[in-house]
Amino acid sequence: MRYLPHSDHERAEMLGVIGAADIDSLFSAVPKRALKSFDLGLPAHSPEFLVEAHMRALAGKNRAGADGPFFVGAGAYRHHVPATVDHLIQRSEWLTAYTPYQPEISQGTLQMLFEFQTQVAKLTGMDVANASLYDGSTGTAEAVLMARRLTKRNKIVLSGGLHPHYRDVVKAYLKDDTDLQCLSASPEGQGDILDHIDEQTAAIVIQTPDFYGHLRNLKTAADAAHAKGALLIVVITEIVSLGLIEAPGAYGADIVVAEGQSIGNALNFGGPYLGLMATRKEFIRQMPGRLCGETVDAEGQRGFVLTLSTREQHIRREKATSNICTNSGLCALAFSIHMALLGEAGFTRLARLNHARACKLADALAAVGGVDVLNKSFFNEMTIRTSQPAAALVERLAARGILAGVPVSRLEPDDPSVANLIVLAATELTTDADIAALCAALAEELA
Amino acid sequence: MSMNNQGRPTGIGTSSFASSTGSALLPNEPLLFEIGDTEHSGVDLPDVTISGSRLGGFERRMPLDLAGLTEPEAMRHYVRLSRLNHSIDSGMYPLGSCTMKHNPRLNEKMARLPGFADIHPLQPASTVQGALELMEQLSHWLMTLTNTAAVALTPKAGAHGELLGMMAIKAAQEAAGQGHRRIVLVPESAHGTNPATAAFLGYTVKAIPARSDGTVDVQAVRDALSPEVAAIMLTNPNTCGLFEPDVIEIAEAVHEAGAFFYCDGANFNAIMGVVRPGDLGIDAMHINLHKTFSTPHGGGGPGAGPVVLSQALAPFAPVPFVRKGAKGLELVEHAQGEALGRITAFQGQMGMYVRALTYMLSHGGDGLAQAAQDAVLNANYIKARLAHAFSVPFGDCPTMHEALFDDSFLAGTGVTTLDFAKALIDEGFHPMTMYFPLVVHGAMLIEPTESESKQTLDHFCAVMEELAADAKAGNAERFTSAPLKAPRRRLDETRAARSPILKWERPEETLKAAE
Amino acid sequence: MTTRFTPDHEYIRVEGSTGIVGITNYAQEALGDIVFVELPSVGKVLKKGDEAAVVESVKAASEIYAPVAGTVIEVNDALSGEPGLINADPEAGGWIYKIAIAEAGEIDSLLDATAYADLTK
Repeated sequence: MRYLPHSDHERAEMLGVIGAADIDSLFSAVPKRALKSFDLGLPAHSPEFLVEAHMRALAGKNRAGADGPFFVGAGAYRHHVPATVDHLIQRSEWLTAYTPYQPEISQGTLQMLFEFQTQVAKLTGMDVANASLYDGSTGTAEAVLMARRLTKRNKIVLSGGLHPHYRDVVKAYLKDDTDLQCLSASPEGQGDILDHIDEQTAAIVIQTPDFYGHLRNLKTAADAAHAKGALLIVVITEIVSLGLIEAPGAYGADIVVAEGQSIGNALNFGGPYLGLMATRKEFIRQMPGRLCGETVDAEGQRGFVLTLSTREQHIRREKATSNICTNSGLCALAFSIHMALLGEAGFTRLARLNHARACKLADALAAVGGVDVLNKSFFNEMTIRTSQPAAALVERLAARGILAGVPVSRLEPDDPSVANLIVLAATELTTDADIAALCAALAEELA
Repeated sequence: MSMNNQGRPTGIGTSSFASSTGSALLPNEPLLFEIGDTEHSGVDLPDVTISGSRLGGFERRMPLDLAGLTEPEAMRHYVRLSRLNHSIDSGMYPLGSCTMKHNPRLNEKMARLPGFADIHPLQPASTVQGALELMEQLSHWLMTLTNTAAVALTPKAGAHGELLGMMAIKAAQEAAGQGHRRIVLVPESAHGTNPATAAFLGYTVKAIPARSDGTVDVQAVRDALSPEVAAIMLTNPNTCGLFEPDVIEIAEAVHEAGAFFYCDGANFNAIMGVVRPGDLGIDAMHINLHKTFSTPHGGGGPGAGPVVLSQALAPFAPVPFVRKGAKGLELVEHAQGEALGRITAFQGQMGMYVRALTYMLSHGGDGLAQAAQDAVLNANYIKARLAHAFSVPFGDCPTMHEALFDDSFLAGTGVTTLDFAKALIDEGFHPMTMYFPLVVHGAMLIEPTESESKQTLDHFCAVMEELAADAKAGNAERFTSAPLKAPRRRLDETRAARSPILKWERPEETLKAAE
Repeated sequence: MTTRFTPDHEYIRVEGSTGIVGITNYAQEALGDIVFVELPSVGKVLKKGDEAAVVESVKAASEIYAPVAGTVIEVNDALSGEPGLINADPEAGGWIYKIAIAEAGEIDSLLDATAYADLTK
């Protein structure tokens, strides 16, 4: 077996040093009836080329984004990732290192995390950011828990524009809680969240651009929340939007959670992704996840360490802020490299390009009979109402080779009011030809 | 107050040796923000102008101030930074409980096939049949290796898996009218995530003391069980590297008391293909794909923590999961009845599923069993080679995949476990896990994994013996001032924690803030 | 003025009906550099043995329990900016909080200096 270095001769020699008769004697603590008492019936080891053939066959049964017009978004976005990013993250020293618990021999990872935290703080306009969480959805649940610790209040209000999957994750994390209010879907960008804030409210959670693509007024929300002593949690699923729209920190957001997949990370059918979290300086002790900080070594040289780790599970155990252990280190690296390659100049150009493609898509869709574009405002994503049920329509378009977006009913099956809605995204990869193909196919299907 | 003394906290030595940093091949690398600026960029993108933006008046006004690098500069920055890291590929990484095994590059190549990497989680199921089939195959391997009835693939890491497993237990008990059970038993030797997870779900944690041989006493478990106990969270093999000999009796006692058995599967690498946890009576167990099944640790994630479930817990698995439907495989995305709902937005760590299945197919059932046995052989070899010079807290029975030592061999030398570990850095090795498990004083937990050759192990043991001899000979300074040959000397963690600097600020901003 | 000790390494210095609580020199040495102190809020009512404060070193967090029942009447705000006071001067400048002692009798159940010294030998 190509990954196992020992020869049988060496194994025998090692058993001799140990003083064991055979390998089974090293498993003497295992109850007899449980040790090798079975035939797994699994295939035997296999050469590299056969494994590769097996995996290629599976991959070949999937339709990749590059195979045709592609408008799927709704929390994960298809962007171009520079070749440099993927080359660098596959370097041994990044790929095969562990969490930097020994800072003297982990300065690469630590400095990168410090740079990453800085990038996320600047993007969101917040004081501090952590070294990443699993993804945007679990990050949202963590932010809600953090707000409850900070305010010592229990009531949480989720906007109707929050990604339905994110809402469901928060629900699962707060299963026993009666104080969780989920407002009904707001595909037109409508919202009455401000009416739900009271003196018991720990936080309101608002996504912008929201699930349906609308940009939300965070300033009003922040002021209304703060007036009652509640916190504003802002959720962003498309981080590229921050190249064009105002940073949540400028509006007074208290905690910002984002999905960072768009920068540096492929779609990967849902994971691994990258949870970003940023907050105010005074809240850092209640923030979950790892933090990297600057310090000096014994000779006074600048260096970096994981810090404030007494918040974490390995020290606080049952009193920790979260049970999180692993984060998304390599995805954070990919994000950080891609963001460094973009820089402010590239990032704003990328954001403008996305918005320009979306404007073109919106105008083209509005001209198709049987299609209404619901958005007055958007960044790179929008919702349309079609004259036919969306789920079947999207299936028919897929059969024609066009991935036309996400039927809202897939995420909200119990809400008949959204049955004819489709959420579509455009990115820098969306071409004029893609848009023309989509609109032509839609016109035919809806005629 | 409770005390948890972990040795020399900041450990700054007093050596007068010359600086080892900034050597020809390992230059000090400035921060991205010190070499980049907002004008430079490493991408070429058309600069479009937008007439009539639809941003609703929410245009960005706050400066971004993001430093950019051209492509050649970026390449150098990240290559130089990378060289400041120790990695599995560059040397032995014997971190106990972390399973730092070889990460095959075939896994990486497969994960990057467009059919896996370039598919969206919300594409129509008809366009992702191969991905769903892959999830089915991975599930089959995991259930077969553990002899369990179901598996929830979605947890994003081990701790997330623990959370899911305990949520499933809670849901099952509530459905059975047993929601009043509020206590979770956790052995003292447990990983910190176990009590954190139980407390997160509102359970009261009750610690079970370890026996003098490092294992859990079935009688202590029986004594702690009551109608209030919801579950036990037991790591097996445990964090001392020992297989719990009474695990079946413990499972039976737990089940008799109406409670569930959550097994922390962090150490599954010791037994995969050799022992099936389902045969031991577990109800739920997470499997760290990034430990046992070789997906890369990536400097701290991403991981993946699928949870296998017994028949009793299977109905409480979260969504989404794959099922056979009329038109092929389909994803069940909405919870029915008592199921948990959703614990992450999408299908979990698909990129890790691809890598783990690639690894499984490469090894086959036979190769996985051989890997587990080699991991155990390697740990016992280290223990046998070093027992004479080190102190073994639980010496009598064979260890599993980890060798555990305590610090009594360092008594009177002025050298702590931390110092010893730092000296190992100067010899080219990543240190072992230190001060964990907590039940052993000054613990050194060594997990070689199956990936290390006999030659490497012999070299490692020789270095360890030489270090132990030197410590005992009174050369404390070599240890207290270590590391000397790493890119940095010991770092001042007290300073970092007392006045945290968590992001880079322009020097003028720092000055302003200080005023 | 008497000073008494708990087996968990807190001290309480009794001045009239007020107790000044902190951690002992032995405890601060064992913990190492203190980097953060979570202070109780003034007015908090504590039972004997309740968690009153938390002191953190780089690698450990330790709860400070109430040696006797009472109400927190003052906290040492200087520790917020300078937690190292606990290391430099644990039994004077590094005090943590003052408590209005509810039941003077509880003081007698604590260790005196000799008994505490024996404990930490």
